[in-house]
Amino acid sequence: MEAPRRKSNRGLVARLVLMTAGSFAFGFALVPLYDVFCEVTGIGTRAELSRAATADASAPDVNRTVVVEFTASVPDNGSWEFAPVVASMEVHPGRLYEAHYTAHNLADRETTGQAVPSITPLRAARYFRKTECFCFTPQKFARDEQRELLVRFTVDRDLPPGIDRLTLSYAFYDVAHVAGGAG
Amino acid sequence: MAHGNEAAGHGNHDGPPKGLVRWLTTTNHKDIGTMYLVFSLAMFLIGGLMALAIRAELFQPGLQFVNPSFFNQLTTVHALVMVFGAVMPATVGLANWMIPLQIGAADMALPRMNLFSFWLLFFAFMLLISTFFVPGGAPAAGWTLYPPLVLQTGTAFPMAIFAIHMMGASSIMGAINVIVTIVNMRAPGMTLLKMPLFSWSWLITAYLLIAVMPVFAGGVTMLLTDYYFQTSFFNAAGGGDPVLFQHVFWFFGHPEVYIMILPAFGIISEIIPTFSRKPIFGYEAMVYAIASIAFLSFIVWAHHMFTVGMPLAGQLFFTLSTMLIAVPTGVKVFNWTTTMWRGSLSFEPPMLFALAFLFLFTIGGFSGLMLAIAPADFQYHDTYFVVAHFHYVLVPGAVFGIMAAVYYWLPKWTGHMYDMTLAKWHFWLTAIFVNVLFFPQHFLGLAGMQRRIPDYPTQFTDWNMVSSIGGFGFGLSQLLFVWVIIRCVKGGQRATAGVWDWPHGLEWTVPSPAPYHTFEKAPELH
Ligand code: HEM
Ligand SMILES: [Cu+2]
Repeated sequence: MEAPRRKSNRGLVARLVLMTAGSFAFGFALVPLYDVFCEVTGIGTRAELSRAATADASAPDVNRTVVVEFTASVPDNGSWEFAPVVASMEVHPGRLYEAHYTAHNLADRETTGQAVPSITPLRAARYFRKTECFCFTPQKFARDEQRELLVRFTVDRDLPPGIDRLTLSYAFYDVAHVAGGAG
Repeated sequence: MAHGNEAAGHGNHDGPPKGLVRWLTTTNHKDIGTMYLVFSLAMFLIGGLMALAIRAELFQPGLQFVNPSFFNQLTTVHALVMVFGAVMPATVGLANWMIPLQIGAADMALPRMNLFSFWLLFFAFMLLISTFFVPGGAPAAGWTLYPPLVLQTGTAFPMAIFAIHMMGASSIMGAINVIVTIVNMRAPGMTLLKMPLFSWSWLITAYLLIAVMPVFAGGVTMLLTDYYFQTSFFNAAGGGDPVLFQHVFWFFGHPEVYIMILPAFGIISEIIPTFSRKPIFGYEAMVYAIASIAFLSFIVWAHHMFTVGMPLAGQLFFTLSTMLIAVPTGVKVFNWTTTMWRGSLSFEPPMLFALAFLFLFTIGGFSGLMLAIAPADFQYHDTYFVVAHFHYVLVPGAVFGIMAAVYYWLPKWTGHMYDMTLAKWHFWLTAIFVNVLFFPQHFLGLAGMQRRIPDYPTQFTDWNMVSSIGGFGFGLSQLLFVWVIIRCVKGGQRATAGVWDWPHGLEWTVPSPAPYHTFEKAPELH
């Protein structure tokens, strides 16, 4: 192979390798981009869902009633009983409410749980505000301990008119197993 | 193998070394092409055996032969082997053999890297298949490797991820090689818009590979760190999101399906003109169609995720962008058909496969359009309807394209004509059984049978039986394919340089079999 061609091959290979590296980096860039995208479109970031919000509860819209349903799930890495105390509530947008879940540690040791919330429909997520929630911090349970967990929330008055039903769902993970890989 | 010592005539060049050493050390594009093709055929048969085990289990409801966990291992590894071990390496093998011959180059631009990427691929698959023998068995979370399920894989997990990294690196190297060869090594006068469509399709495929393979590599690397290093990319408990993996996977996964089909488009665009004895209709439109398909393939990925939940605007966007792909695809089908219009057709085996491709791939395109409609997809998703769709585009699509290519160029590789009668038998058996195998799966899916399950309600029994019979018929017919190839390598009527009645393109100007070294001096183009 003549020298000039070999040189131009080398240049092209270098550019293509650079493109490959760029694509690889792009794969990782998708991680923050995903959050940005969720924020911009109002789906709500995961961090936001687990963060306390302030709520102005001065003037509830008593003419409007929205049903909030509560569900719970325990991924297979935890051994808990975990359930909402009531299955649903009727609420007026703008008023502050309290709801409870109960959890019972079935593992024969002290365990720490972390609840991860989610709201459906997705586009309602940013209108659901938690001022206080057991999901904001890890929850420690003694062996066989059972207790109630509190969430305090409001539904924003700007909730789009089409939505009359929201579901708040928690998955309750055993923190010790989260990091462990093949749990 | 394919080309004994035919290079003897080339005074100043030695032929290949004898025996095994030749295959371990060769940097000749024809040898490497042959190795890729043989490897791919072996993987096709191994993946096929897994498919037959699946179809045997599904012949009747209830559990007969395999337990559910092994069944899941079979579906997962079957798909990985077929996608990354059979279809992709076959097209790489064809690229190695044919691109230098089509553009008048002496070899691929980076011959040593070429050899390395083949062996990397080989060991990747040895590693992947060996996972069947480790504790816990092979990966069983599906070829899409969704977390959190895939994170429950046992010993096989790091092996499978490493295998994916290796085969990814191998295909990226292959892609770089193709691009450098096409950009820098074309014979003088072979402008880009004179280049045969097979080479064109591969040039674009290679860019797709470079763009998305590394994203997949990144995604599985994140799985790996989630598994071992407590990162939480996809772990909801740690603040991650499993849905993110689906986005990463399909950002790769949808272009990947075009990586498998574009070379087949190129092949069909070579074969239909030859056996219609007419140049391709709308050459430039064909090039632009491939390019637009490649571009669109980047903006449709979430059509695999309609049921995961996304805003209405998202559903609309991905429905419409997906349907847009049907436009350039329609252009291609139209141009292939128009090429045949008033041509003087003949029906040798490559043409038969190309025609079957045209009809059956189009069926797969139509079911794709149905799936692209978000509200309809809520019903179809994860049913056998999806299985029917992707098998129609992949088997009578990509695989028929590859078989057509083998029957088209085999005389050029071996210097012998193959047994046309047997090859036609192979065609008819394959074409009939592929429909018996996959068509009923549309009905099963519409009736609600889920994919990836070893057992099913009894009302699905009849069509499953039909499908399984088709499966075994299809599988057995492929033995005929192997037999035709072996016989053609061993001997047969001597092939002329042109082989076919109306050969067009540089590959038909060199003798058959193609000498070990070709176009050492660039050919003259008129
Ligand atoms: C007009 C062209 C096409 C359209 C509109 C289309 C559309 C779709 C849609 C919407 C799905 C998702 C279905 C679901 O999971 O519910 C799908 C799945 C799939 N398609 Fe296509 N498709 C097209 C062409 C192709 C081609 C050319 C190939 C491959 C050569 C292909 C391979 C696949 C595969 C492998 C899957 C299933 C992936 C999985 O879930 O495991 N498709 N297609
Ligand atoms: Cu797709």
